[in-house]
Amino acid sequence: MKYLDEYRNEALAQQILGEIRRTVTRPWVLMEVCGGQTHSIIKYGIDRLLPEEVELVHGPGCPVCVTSLEMIDKAHAIAQRPDVIFCSFGDMLRVPGSQDDLLILKSRGADIRVVYSPIDCLKIARANPEKKVVFFAIGFETTAPANAMAVWQAQQQGLPNFSALVSHVLVPPAISAILESPLNRVQGFLGPGHVCTVMGYEEYEPLAARYHVPIVVSGFEPIDILEGTLMAVRQLEAGTAAVENQYPRIVKREGNPVARDLVGKVFKVCDRKWRGVGSIPQSGYRLREAFRAHDAERIFKVESIDTQEPSVCISGLVLQGVKKPHQCPAFGKQCTPEHPLGATMVSAEGACAAYYAYGRHLPRPNAPQTTPEPAAA
Amino acid sequence: MNTTEVNSSPNGDCASPLGGCPIPISDYKEIVLAHGSGGRISQQLLRRIILPQFSNELLAPQHDGAIFPIGGARVAFSTDSYVVNPLFFPGGDIGALAVHGTVNDLSMCGARPLYLSAGFILEEGLPMEDFWRIVQSMRKAAAAAGVQFVTGDTKVVDRGKADGIFINTSGIGLVPAGVNINPTRAQAGDAILLSGAIAVHGIAVMSVREGLEFETEIASDTAALNSLVESMLGVSKDIHVLRDPTRGGVTSALTEIAQTAGVSMHLEEAHIPIHEEVKGACEILGLDPLYVANEGKLIAIVAAEMAEPIMKVMRAHPLGSDTAIIGQVTSGSPGVVTMKTRIGGTRIVDVLSGEQLPRIC
Repeated sequence: MKYLDEYRNEALAQQILGEIRRTVTRPWVLMEVCGGQTHSIIKYGIDRLLPEEVELVHGPGCPVCVTSLEMIDKAHAIAQRPDVIFCSFGDMLRVPGSQDDLLILKSRGADIRVVYSPIDCLKIARANPEKKVVFFAIGFETTAPANAMAVWQAQQQGLPNFSALVSHVLVPPAISAILESPLNRVQGFLGPGHVCTVMGYEEYEPLAARYHVPIVVSGFEPIDILEGTLMAVRQLEAGTAAVENQYPRIVKREGNPVARDLVGKVFKVCDRKWRGVGSIPQSGYRLREAFRAHDAERIFKVESIDTQEPSVCISGLVLQGVKKPHQCPAFGKQCTPEHPLGATMVSAEGACAAYYAYGRHLPRPNAPQTTPEPAAA
Repeated sequence: MNTTEVNSSPNGDCASPLGGCPIPISDYKEIVLAHGSGGRISQQLLRRIILPQFSNELLAPQHDGAIFPIGGARVAFSTDSYVVNPLFFPGGDIGALAVHGTVNDLSMCGARPLYLSAGFILEEGLPMEDFWRIVQSMRKAAAAAGVQFVTGDTKVVDRGKADGIFINTSGIGLVPAGVNINPTRAQAGDAILLSGAIAVHGIAVMSVREGLEFETEIASDTAALNSLVESMLGVSKDIHVLRDPTRGGVTSALTEIAQTAGVSMHLEEAHIPIHEEVKGACEILGLDPLYVANEGKLIAIVAAEMAEPIMKVMRAHPLGSDTAIIGQVTSGSPGVVTMKTRIGGTRIVDVLSGEQLPRIC
C-alpha cells in the first residue's frame, strides 16, 4: 500500500540501523513525544533493534493518558445525567475516573456513544432535539481543528443542545516542563508529527535554542522513527540543537494556516492540569467567551469538581520519561489493561498499555533459529 | 483449567498488595460489553463463572464444539448465538452468519455438519420483510452447506428488549473415523496455515455500522468452510488443529491454542495475507487487523511435511485460494505467540483485554 509499505521496509530499516550504529559514539536519551510513536516503537520492536547507546523514553503525547482525573470525573458527572447523550472518542471509554469508567456507566444505562469525528455529534444533536448532546473534546493540537469546527458549526447552525467538554492540551509547554524538571534525562526529541501538521514547527525553534536540544519532527511508521532517531543522533554527536523535519511529506514549517486560524477563533490558551503531572501554565485550550453557550463545563456547572489524584500510580513519571513502564512494581501485576491503576495502562497509545500489549511483562522472546518457509506467491 | 482461578470468587483478586487499588475498577459488578469481546475479560467470565459450574471432560478442552460417542458414531455438537448489528451488511446478513458460524464450529472439530436448530428472539416491530429476507438467507446458506434445519423455536419480546432479531443455532455432525482434531495436538515443529486474507468480516460490518465509506466496498468473507475442510481431510486425516478465527481475530485463536497445547508459536507478519483496502481501513480506524473478526477463514496446524500438500488443495479451493504458511509451532515458553515484524523486530502477540477501541488520532 502506497505511503505505508515503503515505510515498513526491512532492508531500508537495516540500512538506517547500520547508519545509526556507525554514527553513535556514546549514550544518548531520546524522547518520542507522541503516543502513536510509542505504540509503533513497541509494536515493531524498534527499541530492541537500536544500538544500546540509544535509549528511547516515552513522552507525554497520549491525549487519553494526560486528561486529568478531575476532567474525567466531570465527564462522568455529565454522562450520567438522563437528559444527556455523551459522545467520545473510543479509547476514552475505559479510562478510570475516581469511581467508574464510561463503559460501566454505559452498562448502567447512560447514553454514551463512540464517534469518529466530532462533527458526527452535530447530526446526533439535530436528531435528538430533546436531549443535550455533549462531546468530550480532548486531545493535543492534532484534534483541535476538528473539535473547533464542531463548536463553530453548532453556533453557525444554531444548535443550542450541542456542547463540548473541552480538555485540550498543548505540546510545547509540556516539553518545557520536562526539560525544566530536576529529574530530566532527555537530551533530544522526536517531535510530534501530527501536532506539527496543524501547528507547524516554528514554535519549537525557541525551545531547541533555549534548552539546547535537537528536536526532529518525525512520522509514525517504523522508517520514520528510525530516520528521526538517526537525525537526532547526528545532531547530538555534532553538538547541534536545531529543529529538523523528518516528516516533510505531511508537515510544513507554517503548519496548516486555515486550521490554525479556526483554532484561534474558537479556543484560547489556558492553564491545564495533566494527569500524573499536575498543572502546567498555559498548556491547554478552553473555549472563548463567544462560545460559552456551547461550553459543557458551564452548562452543567461541573467547574467546582476538584479531584486530587492518588499517589500510588507512577504514570506521571512514565509520562515525563523518568521511568519506564516495567520499572513500576505494579506493572503487569496489580496493574493490567483489565485493572488499570492509571491512564497510561488504558489507552492503546499509553506507554504502559503498549508495553503490556506487546508482551513486555513477559520474558524477552528469542526468535527461533528456524524460520517458517516463505509462502509461495 | 486453572484450579486457583476456579476457586476464587468473582471478586477474589481485588485485594492489592499496594494497599488497595486507588481506582476501584477491579472486577466488574455488572456485565459490560467487553465480556463478549473474546478477549481476556471474556475468558475470565468463562473460567470463573461458567466453566466451574458445568465442569466435565468434554467441556474441558474448550474446543469449538464437543465430540462424544453415541452408538458407535463420533458426534460433534456445537452452539452459537448471533447478535450482529446491522442485520444486513455487504457480503451477508445475520441469517447467513448464523448458518456459517455453527457449520464452521462443527467443521473445526473435523465433523461433517448434518443437522441444525434455530432459535429466534424477535423484537416487536421488526419489519416482516427483514425477517423474511433473513429466513430466506438461512435457507440458501443451509442448502449450500448441505445441512438441514430440523428443529427450532421462536420468541417475541417487547420493543426495546432486543436489537431487531437475535438468532441461536446449534448443530450436530459426524466425525469420520481416523480424524482427531483437537487444540491439544499442536506440537513443536508443526506448520501454521491460514486460508486467506484476514479481518475482512470485522471491517465490512464496522464500515456499515459506523457509516464509513471507503472507495471500494468491503464485503464480509462469511462462508461455510465444511467443503474446504473435507478437501483438506482428503489429503490427510491427520490434521492436528483447526480453528476459525472469528471474534478476537487470528491472535486470540492462536493464543488460545498455544495455551491449551502448552506450546509456543512464531509468526511472520509479512506472510499473513491481508487485502489492501482492509489494511487501509484498519490504518484509518487505528485497529490491528490481527484482532479483527473473520467469518470465512480457518487456521490449520499440521505436521511440517504435510504443510505443502495440504496448502496445495486449499489453494485449489475457492475459499482457500490465498492460503499461506504464516508461522510454526515452537517449543518456547508455553502459551506465548511471537511474531517477526515487517522491519525485522520481534514482538509478543497477546490477546486483548476487551474490545479494540478506535483510537483518537
